Amino acid sequence: MGASSLRAILKLASGIIIPAVVVVLWQMLAMSGWINPQILPAPSQVAVKWWDYLSPTAPYTTGSYASWLVSGELPHDAFASLSRVLGGFLIGTLLALPLGLLMGTSNRLYGLFNPLVQVLRPIPPIAYIPLAILWFGLGNPPAFFLISIGAFFPVLMNTIAGVRHVDGIYLRAARNLGAGQMTLFRRVIVPAAMPYILTGMRIGIGTAFIVVIVAEMIAVNNGLGYRITEAREYLWSDKIIAGMFTIGLLGLGIDFFMTGLNNWLLKWHRGIEQN
Amino acid sequence: MAFIHIENVDKRFPVPGGEVLALKNINLDIAEGEFVCLLGPSGCGKSTLLNAIAGFSPPTDGSIAINGNANATRFPGPDRGMVFQEYALFPWMTVAQNVGFGLEIKRLSKAAISAKVDMLLRKFNLYEFRERFPKDLSGGMCQRVAIARVLALDSPVMLMDEPFGALDALTRRTLQDELLRIWDEFRKTIIFVTHSIEESIYLADRVAVMTYRPGAIKRELRIALPRPRDTASAEFNALKKDIAKLVMEEQMRYTETEIKGYGSD
Repeated sequence: MGASSLRAILKLASGIIIPAVVVVLWQMLAMSGWINPQILPAPSQVAVKWWDYLSPTAPYTTGSYASWLVSGELPHDAFASLSRVLGGFLIGTLLALPLGLLMGTSNRLYGLFNPLVQVLRPIPPIAYIPLAILWFGLGNPPAFFLISIGAFFPVLMNTIAGVRHVDGIYLRAARNLGAGQMTLFRRVIVPAAMPYILTGMRIGIGTAFIVVIVAEMIAVNNGLGYRITEAREYLWSDKIIAGMFTIGLLGLGIDFFMTGLNNWLLKWHRGIEQN
Repeated sequence: MAFIHIENVDKRFPVPGGEVLALKNINLDIAEGEFVCLLGPSGCGKSTLLNAIAGFSPPTDGSIAINGNANATRFPGPDRGMVFQEYALFPWMTVAQNVGFGLEIKRLSKAAISAKVDMLLRKFNLYEFRERFPKDLSGGMCQRVAIARVLALDSPVMLMDEPFGALDALTRRTLQDELLRIWDEFRKTIIFVTHSIEESIYLADRVAVMTYRPGAIKRELRIALPRPRDTASAEFNALKKDIAKLVMEEQMRYTETEIKGYGSD
């Protein structure tokens, strides 16, 4: 046990080496005075700013301590961005899943819808911004619209692929056991396609996270994307970097959650241990 | 009329630029409780015939009747449980869920399903593995689960498509013996596809040797040896020699065709 926990500590330590070196070099560069701190602030300055950004704006008086603790600007922004990601992702996924399952199972529907899908799919969600603002104005609606488009296509394409790649042997075995169309669909096709569907959802939520930042830079006045654009107006480069760092942390958190969901739903899947 | 009555069955598949005759005028009668092996080289249509009986791919001409009912084989159904060479266990279901799936489709109660599943799993010494997923099992264990899944259906007919083809020799022999025990206990009618001459003689009441394309019944041989059969006995090896001669003639035709570069399957 001693040896293995030592190994774990060493592994963790070796993972910290490169980031630590980068931060130290950056700090040295900033302290050398060669670079205007407004262009590249020192990491220490960014850390202080991040802490300010994270901390509550007013001192604690009364009421719930927990809600005071998250009353700072950063928790607000992070919450706003995350709820847009989740909302847009849910809309996109809930539209893409049924369509993908239908297009995957029915060759006729696939033939009907596929040309349109193929034309729309390469359009980056960001290209919809002008139209989104024209249609929905400013605020949350265009943001949700853009994010759901970002999530829609990865989930759709992977669901179609997943259903079309279901091994025929499972269908034959299930029909041999007496399965009707509904049972075949619910108990065989959907679970067999699940690895693909989850991959699509993972890509979809990643895209949603990219799109939310862009949408917030343009259409709304809170959230992490808005905050780093606002910081640029004031030339607060330390706050820009603090915001970017937060975006990185949230993305990591989302990916961690998706990996957990993936491993739990696919615990039957061969090779899941390697992930 | 025989329990399974296969009459004048032809099967043609469309191929680019024409069609291929996979089965030609198959006539075969199988008695209830009989163990029949279909034996032949690759491309002789033995699996095609099995798939026709299973209802996956009905014959182009002719009829396959079970208990006098020729409509029985139009579609796949749990009255003809099939064991596949690739096991075809559902990887997202546990061992118990796989075995119980056919009963779930029949809408049996949860208690009835789990009682039957437990009984079968105990019979195959798989009870401790009931909550495991197929990925954790060896090939031999997977095929036991697949056989248990079919037995759960209580189907009178069991179709087996080279079920032990992917297993090592020792596991294969163990499973052959288990299958014979199961057959003895449940008195199923078994149609068993194989390309192993020894396996067919070891298992079957009757071996139907098939010709290479178009697939037809070349010869039917009754195996009268008492069970358990001794693969080293003189009688066993005499039979093996006879059947090998028949099969090798077809294997030669297969090899010639393959070398000439015609389609393979």
